[in-house]
Amino acid sequence: MKKDSVTAILLVGVGGQGTILASKILSEGLVSAGFDVKMSEIHGMSQRGGSVSTQIRYGSKVNAPIVGRGEADIIIAFEKMEALRWLEYLKPGGKMIVNDFEIPSAPILTGEAIYPEGILEELSAKADVTVLRAAEIAEGLGNARTMNIVLLGAAAKAVSSASVALGNVEWDAILRKNMKPAFLDVNRKAFAAGFGA
Amino acid sequence: MSERRLMTGNEAAARGAWEAGLAFASAYPGTPSTEILENLAEYKSDLYAEWAPNEKTAMEAAIGASMAGVRSLAALKHGGVNVAADPLFTFAYTGVNGGMVLVSADDPGLHSSQNEQDNRHYAEAAKVLMLEPSDSAETLEYMKLGFELSERFDTPVMLRMTTRICHSKSIVTLGERTPAPHKIYERNIRKFVATPANARAMRAKLTERLEQELSYANAEAVRVGVNRIERASEPGEGERIGVVSAGAAYQYARDVFGGRASYLKLGLTWPMPIDLIREFAEEVDKLYIVEELDAFMETRIKAAGIDCVGKERIPVWDELNTDIVRFAVFGERAETLNSDMKAVPRPPTLCAGCPHRGLFWGLSKRKNVLVSGDIGCYTLGSAPPLSSMDSCFCMGGSIGAGHGAAKAFKESGQDARVAAVIGDSTFFHSGVTGLMNAVFNGSNIVTVILDNRITAMTGQQQNPGSGFTLTGEAAPEVDIPELCKAVGIREDRIRVIDPLDLNAVNKALDEALADDAASVIVTRRPCVLKRFSERDLLEFGEPRGVCVVDEEKCTRCKLCVKTGCPAIYGGGDTVFINENMCTGCGVCEQVCPFDAISLKE
Repeated sequence: MKKDSVTAILLVGVGGQGTILASKILSEGLVSAGFDVKMSEIHGMSQRGGSVSTQIRYGSKVNAPIVGRGEADIIIAFEKMEALRWLEYLKPGGKMIVNDFEIPSAPILTGEAIYPEGILEELSAKADVTVLRAAEIAEGLGNARTMNIVLLGAAAKAVSSASVALGNVEWDAILRKNMKPAFLDVNRKAFAAGFGA
Repeated sequence: MSERRLMTGNEAAARGAWEAGLAFASAYPGTPSTEILENLAEYKSDLYAEWAPNEKTAMEAAIGASMAGVRSLAALKHGGVNVAADPLFTFAYTGVNGGMVLVSADDPGLHSSQNEQDNRHYAEAAKVLMLEPSDSAETLEYMKLGFELSERFDTPVMLRMTTRICHSKSIVTLGERTPAPHKIYERNIRKFVATPANARAMRAKLTERLEQELSYANAEAVRVGVNRIERASEPGEGERIGVVSAGAAYQYARDVFGGRASYLKLGLTWPMPIDLIREFAEEVDKLYIVEELDAFMETRIKAAGIDCVGKERIPVWDELNTDIVRFAVFGERAETLNSDMKAVPRPPTLCAGCPHRGLFWGLSKRKNVLVSGDIGCYTLGSAPPLSSMDSCFCMGGSIGAGHGAAKAFKESGQDARVAAVIGDSTFFHSGVTGLMNAVFNGSNIVTVILDNRITAMTGQQQNPGSGFTLTGEAAPEVDIPELCKAVGIREDRIRVIDPLDLNAVNKALDEALADDAASVIVTRRPCVLKRFSERDLLEFGEPRGVCVVDEEKCTRCKLCVKTGCPAIYGGGDTVFINENMCTGCGVCEQVCPFDAISLKE
């Protein structure tokens, strides 16, 4: 029914994790490769520690800016439970990159609910899952706040294999445009670590 | 070659207004429209942009600027248009001098709103022309067109966006700024003074104008491509399908119906080009109306005797998307991967270190107090575990509704008091009139003004109390206690406290609730996300260390967990504080009955 010329990516996480910046850089890379790109994000109340998603669709011509259930070719989950929450958006046969990182939500903090155990096993049984320990990688680089850029690197790697044009994106130039000079170097390393992971 | 850039609808709206030669813009922040003014501020060398205390003030300022002869803009969220509706309806009568565009940013799906309203009805009710873009490129284009049409038809123009248009990025081709010539202002009493005698003449003119606009919508708008027919690229055999759509819904319709349908894509949706729709309907066998929220187009299309399928299939509320439209029309759903394992909900919370937490902790311990809430981050004080709010209606409504409740409690002999909680920006917006009413009419409401020195919920915007303007210039600050005094609150009934000092919170609440009179508590402490100004640093100091739990002393009573701080983990057998999140606010330290929490510098 739908032309398969559009690829859909979801970046999901928790408000404050930096999914929006990562999505912005990823989208700019896709534009530089000559694609039509639409990206959608929600600001506002959900940012206060709520579940957040940014959605990217790219191809020769993109209409809707949002990704439907069963439509995402790639999901990059910045938090493990969010990967589970968004699983139904993954296209059967799609790829999921999951950060092995837990942020307990309010009902878990207060003891009303328990953080689900065995998420990675469950996801791996259902889909093509790559697990990344982005927090450890970022801490290893000396700046825990670069975790989102490690995940961005992994996302860039995942899209790069999709087409020749994407293999030639100058990610470094796009990073430089979006980073404060003082943090450029560590973010470059973070990106490279994610890309190579 | 002109530059192509990925832009949100809000960025494109600002860009389009700048390219159109905009000279004046005003707004009150409100999701999803906030970033329009923030982006206009980037062009401050070419134009003037400001935050107003509320949407009515913003609209009035834009009207004044238009009257004085420049192109002006007001950018409001849907509820904000309610506040600004009074001047809008009359401005539609007087018409403009410089072109004026009102952006209405609706929020289907209530991503960050207290209601879901369809502001297309305003275009009809106020009798103004309406444009509805379906992506960022159209937002830029329609903004420029809006100014042209505003001046051509002598009317304010409404540019109606939705969250998905405002906050989605798509590719935009940038143009240059064409400075609009400033029109010379001349007194014109019959045009701008809406007395009954003048307004009757204006009303007659308005009817003529709508006729002209309608003929533009049916004909010229098609020639310029704002209203356009896109014929099926893969028509196939059988039934010819036609779709009438506008805004974000058009994009979903495109993905669902693809090349086998023809589309009438409307960019100018009011006055509704019914002749054009009829013409299109005659080309097809089956006509679908795909629109988000109300049956705005459908009702009028059906009333014109045109057979179509709409809201009997497509939901009448919530944000649409491709899935919803596909299922509604074809009954098809994509195959999905499902798991029996369920993710625990992740509702938004007050931040770690949020100054509101101390106040809500104090309020949560009170019995027989109705807490009348308002719009802002602090509405999250209604969420568990604090759960200390009874109501929230609209901007500034806490004091007004609280006053009525306080009077009703007395009249009906119910033993209860009322505390209204309202942010600094919301108080300036329209809370101060409620406080005037409470004093004037003698109620005993306790008004708590949560002065966090910024407009926080929408992402740190300046306001009349924060000391800076939209464009970063120093500005006089409203003195909240003095303002309350001027309204008539007795000086000894105005208590300014630090909300992170729980003793001060409790003392202020005790005293205010023991006193059968209207009083004010100002909780003065900057938002934890605020970038401190030099003055903030002087008054409030540098951030403190982090709080740590002494496991020896901790009895796992988990009272600290009940503060709802996202940095405190109390789910298992131990209680610990996430050092990466903790700001050392000290609320948990004061709450702990066993001295088990201490501050580590």
